Amino acid sequence: MSTPETEPRRISVDYLARVEGEGNMKVEVRDGKVEIVEFGIFEPPRFYEAFLRGRRFSDAPDITARICGICPVAYQMSSAHAMESIFGAKVEGQLRELRRLLYCGEWIESHVLHVFMLHLPDFLGYQSAIHMAADHREAVERALRLKKAGNDVMILLGGREIHPINVQVGGFYRVPTKKELESLVPNLEWALEAAKWAVEFTGGLPFPAIEQDFEFVSISHPDEYPLNEGRIVSSRGIEADVSEFNGIFEEIHVERSNALQSKVRERGAYHVGPLARYNLNFGKLTPACRQAAASAGLGEVCGNPFQSIVVRSVETMYAVEEALRIIDAYEEPAQPAVALEVKAGEGHGATEAPRGMLYHRYRVDDEGWITDAQIAPPTAQNQLSIEEDLRVVLEDNLDLPDEELQWRLEQSIRNYDPCISCATHFLKLEIDRG
Amino acid sequence: MIREQSEFLVTIGACATAGGIQALRNWADVEEFTRYVYANPEYISTLQRSTPVADHVAVDFELRGCPIAKTQLLELVNAFIHGRRPNIPSYSVCVECKRRGIPCVMVAQGIPCLGPVTQAGCNALCPAYDRGCYGCFGPMESPNVLSLAEWWVSLGVDDRTLVNALRSFNGYAEPFREASDVYARD
Repeated sequence: MSTPETEPRRISVDYLARVEGEGNMKVEVRDGKVEIVEFGIFEPPRFYEAFLRGRRFSDAPDITARICGICPVAYQMSSAHAMESIFGAKVEGQLRELRRLLYCGEWIESHVLHVFMLHLPDFLGYQSAIHMAADHREAVERALRLKKAGNDVMILLGGREIHPINVQVGGFYRVPTKKELESLVPNLEWALEAAKWAVEFTGGLPFPAIEQDFEFVSISHPDEYPLNEGRIVSSRGIEADVSEFNGIFEEIHVERSNALQSKVRERGAYHVGPLARYNLNFGKLTPACRQAAASAGLGEVCGNPFQSIVVRSVETMYAVEEALRIIDAYEEPAQPAVALEVKAGEGHGATEAPRGMLYHRYRVDDEGWITDAQIAPPTAQNQLSIEEDLRVVLEDNLDLPDEELQWRLEQSIRNYDPCISCATHFLKLEIDRG
Repeated sequence: MIREQSEFLVTIGACATAGGIQALRNWADVEEFTRYVYANPEYISTLQRSTPVADHVAVDFELRGCPIAKTQLLELVNAFIHGRRPNIPSYSVCVECKRRGIPCVMVAQGIPCLGPVTQAGCNALCPAYDRGCYGCFGPMESPNVLSLAEWWVSLGVDDRTLVNALRSFNGYAEPFREASDVYARD
């Protein structure tokens, strides 16, 4: 006698909320066994790599910034570094510090946006930040002011917070005076206290117990918590120059996603972002940050993606401290940018966007016109990890009713602070150009 | 459908008002783009062209910018609530420079600048940072783009750079598009 087939249990979300961009999720369980786990990206393709061809190298920071309104600086930095590597230009000293400062501003505004507006509603049981604000007004107002502290750094140093105008290959167009930067200090000092509170507050949230054994990947630098410069490292032994990105990772195009998925060659999924940076660079955080992390219940290594909200808060605190340090030590440089020797070649840049390692590669001709472009955003790289998380969370929570299980799965995606518009243009490696 | 259900329809930002940077596909072949970026182009479905929303439905107001200016958004919402015309000027960035007392970057420093043909809205942001305007707010009302193009040429800008500068975030807006086509032909 044959066993009757049970109806499979399907949970799908056609349009994920509280993530940037357009994505969906579909899971299917049959007879207690997880059959399908899919994180899909249907954000329309954006083709940035294609239309960067034929444009001048100097267009790259301005055009690629438009890939993302939350993390434009990341694109400006990765593209600038890639071009500078072609020309052998070194942006050092105070200009290098100013770049870190601008990036700190972005980390603050991006992380705070996610922690409080996109992620916290999940932990407190609200559908949205607006619903949450009604009951938690003070916390939300504090978060908005903290976010604004990051925005103000970007406005002063970058010109504006969305698509800053002051970044160019080689440096800036205009550098601030010491007095201009010092005007940011009072608010940043307030922000430091607010960030400490954020670490404490998020540390006290309830977290599902899940330990994931990811291969964490980030850039790493001997002297500092990574932002613009470093070598690619991983928790499973990768240690390489940024230029070796394509030798280490490969991209795959699957039907359910307009963003190419990414894996370590011969291995599999990997995880970039705050958790990866934290795990691989814990010792480079400031003593105050390490202390705050410990008080909030984080070890030196964290494998629970749900605790990423605490890690993001720790990184926010780091960014505020780093901003204050840079401003304190600032001496206005003589020139806003270094001279460039334009020549043909191929260059690579990998910097740490708020959501993780962002890789750019360009080829330019001897007059500096771009002939080839490749952009690997962190969220695209995280797709396979997101699906692995969904599988684990699903398997652990099959006993929950559908509605609750669905929310848990969506929250699982939101742990990654996905930036789906960024993920959706991505150059494949092995192209058959016929 | 949105137009049918709306009393007022306002398009916000360069992508909606001009097709955005995506309009670069209008001068190229989007199928080639797809093959360049994706291993399996057959999975991808996308439009051949990127055009302004106003090309397809009637639009009551266009809020320009890449990005838009927060203050202009507030002014727009305020105006609609009170049933008055939004106080959003269509004169050029030059007016904003003059108002701020910024010496013209083209005249004083020889930096090519699209300000004379670009609509105000950013408060002359780039000139304030020693940089030429690159057209985030699109064409001003009745710009003389060909005349400005000649000034750029006299500053030493080659045709290819000029065409690229016009074919940017608002490149498909008619005055920029047409002028770029003239120089692309030559």
